[in-house]
Amino acid sequence: MNAHSTRTRLQPLIVGAGPAGIRAAQALVAGGLRPLVVDEAPACGGQIYRQRLVPDQRSARDLYGSEAGKAEALHRDFAGLAGKLDYWPQALLWNLRDGRADIMVSGESRQVAYDGLVLATGATDRVLPIPGWTLPGVFTLGGAQIALKSQGCAIGSRIVFLGSGPLLYLVAWQYLKAGADVAAVLDTAPFAAKLSLLRGLPLFPGIVLRGLRMSAELKLGGVALHDGVADVRIEGTDRVEAIAWRRGGREHRFACDGIGYGLALRSETQAADLAGCRFAFDPRDRAFLPERDAAGRTSVPGIYLAGDGAGIAGADAAERSGERAALALLQDRGLPHDAGRAAALERELARIGRFRAVIEAAFPFPAHWMGGLADGTTLCRCEEVDAGAVRDAIARFGVHELNRLKAASRVGMGRCQGRVCGAAAAELLAHETGRGIEAVGRLRAQAPVKPVPLTLALAARPEAAE
Amino acid sequence: MSRRLDVDVAIIGGGLIGSSAALALRGMGLSVALLDKGFCGAQASGVNYGGVRRQGRPVEQLPLSQRAHAIWPRLRALIGIDGEFLRSGHLKLARDEADMASLEAYARATARHGLGLELIGHNELRERFGWIGDGIVGASFCPGDGHANPRLVAAGFAAAARRAGAKVLENTAVTGVTRDGEGFALEAAGNLSLRARFVVNSAGAWAGPFAESFGEPVPLSRIYPSMIVSEPMEKVMSVNIGIEGGGIYARQVERGNVVVGGERGLPLADPDFSRPRGDGALAIMNRAAELFPALRHAQAIRFWSGTEGAMPDRNPVIGPSLTTPGLIHAFGFTGAGFQIAPGVGEVLAELVRDGQTQTPIAAFSIGRFSQPSARTDAGSGAGQDQEPQPGELRP
Repeated sequence: MNAHSTRTRLQPLIVGAGPAGIRAAQALVAGGLRPLVVDEAPACGGQIYRQRLVPDQRSARDLYGSEAGKAEALHRDFAGLAGKLDYWPQALLWNLRDGRADIMVSGESRQVAYDGLVLATGATDRVLPIPGWTLPGVFTLGGAQIALKSQGCAIGSRIVFLGSGPLLYLVAWQYLKAGADVAAVLDTAPFAAKLSLLRGLPLFPGIVLRGLRMSAELKLGGVALHDGVADVRIEGTDRVEAIAWRRGGREHRFACDGIGYGLALRSETQAADLAGCRFAFDPRDRAFLPERDAAGRTSVPGIYLAGDGAGIAGADAAERSGERAALALLQDRGLPHDAGRAAALERELARIGRFRAVIEAAFPFPAHWMGGLADGTTLCRCEEVDAGAVRDAIARFGVHELNRLKAASRVGMGRCQGRVCGAAAAELLAHETGRGIEAVGRLRAQAPVKPVPLTLALAARPEAAE
Repeated sequence: MSRRLDVDVAIIGGGLIGSSAALALRGMGLSVALLDKGFCGAQASGVNYGGVRRQGRPVEQLPLSQRAHAIWPRLRALIGIDGEFLRSGHLKLARDEADMASLEAYARATARHGLGLELIGHNELRERFGWIGDGIVGASFCPGDGHANPRLVAAGFAAAARRAGAKVLENTAVTGVTRDGEGFALEAAGNLSLRARFVVNSAGAWAGPFAESFGEPVPLSRIYPSMIVSEPMEKVMSVNIGIEGGGIYARQVERGNVVVGGERGLPLADPDFSRPRGDGALAIMNRAAELFPALRHAQAIRFWSGTEGAMPDRNPVIGPSLTTPGLIHAFGFTGAGFQIAPGVGEVLAELVRDGQTQTPIAAFSIGRFSQPSARTDAGSGAGQDQEPQPGELRP
């Protein structure tokens, strides 16, 4: 494609500068385009390869462990693209509509018209409410990681990690390596489920063995490892004082002042929703996700998905799906692209996808917790709605759909727009109405994606690149 | 599998109008089917601004509005919840002397309707409502008006109708209605066939085709009023706020969030749904921060808009069909249906039972569109100088 046509068409827009966004940017630049990359963080890397706010003595190895090489490569490659793309850090995409993005950056809101959009919006922690989960001192696993990586501090002086999934062990291990006092790792998955990891050995032996090594090092470091924990309660009056749980009919309790909690991750899909992408229920993630083909094309021409924002698959998959989506964008714009490379990426993504199924079986999501959730436990913390109020609303208004539940109970109406409580609300609604989780629907996204100041001013001139 | 249902009254549209009519009809002992193509109260009735306001309405709406005014404080007895109704008062601001003159003219024109309007000058405004920013010369205060939570009120009427024995059929779009012998035959989604002696067309923005199929085409259009809501704030706004000439309306709910409207959204690809425009939302937010200094450091957490039926003269269509006995229309509330809806529901029930009502509704006859010369002038004398004024969905 000649220079003329790239000049007359608008810039592609990439949302997110994590592994998916970086690789997408790199591929678009290699294909002769100059993308605009917007990212909420002050520096590239995403959640997993987040950079520290101020330099300290820690090495990449200290920060990213076995993934240090990947982190450094991504940071370096993105830095190498300077001058070949436009990059707005600390920029919040808060609305998308009809080929235009509303982006808050440098204290103003810019309207950006784009031609081609790669959404690499990543993931946040998936949690379910349990008694005491809103006490100060309880962090998500992702939050615990940010504290450590970005701010160089620990979430407590005696810490318990609770939940399930590979991130649980990774964060505990990172805290141990950083010198924190990690009292215990409480895994909600039963031991029997872990045996399915053996099926993952032939697919990715390195990853499985690394997990086993981390477990062994945690044990050697004096960390108590428990699996199959149930009836978990976080205790404390003004802040976390202890965690209690049951296993095999026996009651257990640990004193602690910091808890990292997470039940794997959930995709950040609001931007895709606002952009009008079609969604479908994904049984593996137990969530509605934007539809995409193997290349990352959505139901909306010119909009592509990459990384965990389109379904949880991890950082390695994110790098590949970012590059793959960019190749699709180049192809759809009639630009040269490497079809062989695209096919190879798709094969690798399929292999990672098979491994993801193994991980999901090894760390099953304890959806059944919601049936037994006590009425007094907070479900939606933004709007301060407890499980009892949600049950009342379901009964009073005869609710069996999630957006109606939001209207009747305020669940998911607050600052986080249901990003924290949405999964729990859906599970509770499904349980109370005896319907499948896929039958209760999904919360429709509304702008703004995250809160914006009332005084936010529209930038004087619309940004239309090129 | 096909189902059959025989009822006295089939109501098309489970918004606040249809739901309150269903409840009133059940109270008279009539059998009712309330049909909605989606969920009851999920469209304009449930997502509007939530103003419970008589002030500013065209004079011809005031008898109906007064009737509804008596119902609002009885919500708990009527539907089991208070719908977060607060009789806070409604304060309509004037930006300049001309606007203040319009407010004064409105107060004179409506004097006999008993709204109890208080005209407030600049100094008194400072004293009583110090949280309002500069640039306002005066206001008109209607102490008996207020606001409520539309999400709860609309769904609450539908739930109460269901408890009272109405057959509430959600996700059941009516696909055909015909006059059939003594009554009507309706076809609806899910292979449902209904027979009804009466049909109420309360289908809101979707009411046009039903009216047209009975030879009564109406110039019904759609508007998409859009709102923003702030995070919870310390309680500062004691009243529901509107402004002469439009552009902003705002209220603070019990929990502390401030709801602000004043712009229009746009329909989505599926025109039954809409979304605020980004620049429109910013405009509302900036206006609110300007008018209410206490909001200058607030965050907006959510935007939304709804689909609402609008008539060119800003008055609804309420009353019997002029072509078809047994058919009664009630739609086209043009962004101002929330407050009067419970009154309209009672009126519709009376029209079914008695064939007439004591509440004057002649101005809302569908006949005004078939007889161009008889078109009512909707002017309220209150500076309605803009095209369908952003409504309540208008203040």
